[in-house]
Amino acid sequence: MTAIYKREFKAFFRNMTGFIYIALFLIVMAFLSNVINFSNRVPNFEYVMFYMRIGLIVMIPILTMRSFSEEKKQKTDQLLFSLPVSTSKIVLGKYLSTLTVFAVPVVISCAYPLILSKYDASGAISYGASYGTILAFLLLGASLIAVGIFMSSLTENQIIAAVLSFAYIIIDFLISFKILTLPSSSTASFIGIVVLIAIMSLIIFALTKNSTIGWMVFIILDIPLAIVRFIKPDLLEGGLTKVLDNISLFDKLYDFATGVFNVNSIVYFLTITGLFLFFTVQSLEKRRWS
Amino acid sequence: MIEVKNLVKRYGDHLAVDDLNFTVEDGQIYGFLGPNGAGKTTTMNIITGCLAATSGEVLIDGHDIYEEPKAAKRLIGYLPEIPPLYPDMTPYEYLLFVGELKGIPKRVLKSEVQSVMERVQITDVKNRLNKNLSKGYKQRVGIAQAMLGDPPIIILDEPTVGLDPVQIIEIREVIKSLAEGHTVIFSSHILSEVSEICTRIMIISDGKLVTEGSTEELEEKFKGGTVIDISVKGSNEAVAGVLSGLEGVESFEVTDDDGSGTVSAKIKCAEGADITEALSFALIEQRCLILKMDTEKTSLESVFVRLVGGNASDYEDAAAGYVSQSGDGETDVGPYYDEEGVSAEDLLNNAVKSVSDEHAPFDMKDDEAADEITDVDTADNDETGEKEAENDDSDL
Repeated sequence: MTAIYKREFKAFFRNMTGFIYIALFLIVMAFLSNVINFSNRVPNFEYVMFYMRIGLIVMIPILTMRSFSEEKKQKTDQLLFSLPVSTSKIVLGKYLSTLTVFAVPVVISCAYPLILSKYDASGAISYGASYGTILAFLLLGASLIAVGIFMSSLTENQIIAAVLSFAYIIIDFLISFKILTLPSSSTASFIGIVVLIAIMSLIIFALTKNSTIGWMVFIILDIPLAIVRFIKPDLLEGGLTKVLDNISLFDKLYDFATGVFNVNSIVYFLTITGLFLFFTVQSLEKRRWS
Repeated sequence: MIEVKNLVKRYGDHLAVDDLNFTVEDGQIYGFLGPNGAGKTTTMNIITGCLAATSGEVLIDGHDIYEEPKAAKRLIGYLPEIPPLYPDMTPYEYLLFVGELKGIPKRVLKSEVQSVMERVQITDVKNRLNKNLSKGYKQRVGIAQAMLGDPPIIILDEPTVGLDPVQIIEIREVIKSLAEGHTVIFSSHILSEVSEICTRIMIISDGKLVTEGSTEELEEKFKGGTVIDISVKGSNEAVAGVLSGLEGVESFEVTDDDGSGTVSAKIKCAEGADITEALSFALIEQRCLILKMDTEKTSLESVFVRLVGGNASDYEDAAAGYVSQSGDGETDVGPYYDEEGVSAEDLLNNAVKSVSDEHAPFDMKDDEAADEITDVDTADNDETGEKEAENDDSDL
């Protein structure tokens, strides 16, 4: 695994992606800090990180699009599969190296609250909120990288991989604005949630090529929903909106930026990371099995 | 030892591998032969664990490739059809990377990589980027990767495809040198290559194993009578008279060369009969001067064509070019050189010249291609010369 980690990490700096990403991140962060903290005389660095999340929409697809697509295109995936290394270690090695590159400017950002404290005469700065948001930002990036690597394992075309992860991330981002007007009646929510479960079951079916598992997920998730629908329909009022809000990764960053350290969100970030890494392993194994 | 049992691979409706069963014994060089699309690559990918079978079992020294992939993969070095090189790495970095993944201990890794690089002669390009290497060097880096860690089984998928004749010979030498202490399986659709390097041959067609055996066994198994080609100064009738009177002649066909006074004949002998001596005396008795006499044995090509059937005509064309190499090739090659009155060195020089002419637009850009050619040019090994000439004969 370390061999793959090292190779991938070096590859980021051989083809300039790593340098360009780090440079852009630092420039944008410096600019935002200048505008938000210095021009407006606000000592809260968490606001800068909160705005930085918009950059993730572009940065994550660029960082992850190569990951497995290029491997397939060059046919080097055959090398990895013929070597005595397990698929999960290959995925983990690649994931961790991408995460490391992603984390470099995030670690540098840790210096900002300290710098700001020099100019903060009133003592209004909150280290807890600043570093909490930086941590949440890192974990948000970590889960989005898992999504991007999964998308890259689906295709041998880097552009398609980038577009797929861009699509996922931008939808997630738009949901986090909570500006969608959705029907809130119990029946409409029920139908909406069933459709979401159906999409999830279809993805699982596509990944495992096992229709039994797909149907099982679909039925197991639908039964409690149907019971709630007929026994206590009121509970589902506005349910669809709630479910969508809870799915969104970007939405979770808001709490941290307002100074609330939400452990649930941390767990959610880690869950999504684990889930998509698992999906990636499955999709690579499936390619061999189909 | 590799055991393949009831292997089936299905792509949708297409059956790529159809109930394949075979055993690969230790210490042999196996040639995996078959026309394009016969399922060679699929089978190799399954054996090496790159692809899963629809059903069936692959055991590498008793380790199932799916149940204990790590133990099984440790025993195999694999070069896929396209050498799996990272273009942005140098061969040296690349081999260190592969060595680390193969679990070679750190303290011996560098010396191991060094010795493998020397064996396949890539030491002088070790610091160039993989993407800048010529096809021949890429292939060698790929073979080096497979050899790394000294796995007992080495599997090479069409290692000579796309190389120029000089490079082909060099790669073949590398494969031959692997024979000591390794089991080698390599696939090819070039018959001469297989019969030259391999000790055992497996012929596969439409995903099925058609036959398996040593080179000699296969020839023996499918042997027919010998065919003799003669060309004689004399009349049609005289030759026909001689032939019809000879014992051991199964059938013959005489063709008159228009007006020049030479007659050629194709004689099919009965199985096991050796009529060359009787034939020459009989012809001389009739005062017919023999200009040429050629014996054609059942070649592997004809065995192959007979077994694979289907697109036989393609293979007959190909086979025609290889006749001199097949079977006990030396006997056929000898007279050819004597007749022409040229030495092996001359032939070698001609061959090298035509190679460089032919490939100039593609390969001469690379310095190393030129180096390789001059390397062979200065070689004083007659045997290499003959091989080179044969190659030239058949490939160009």
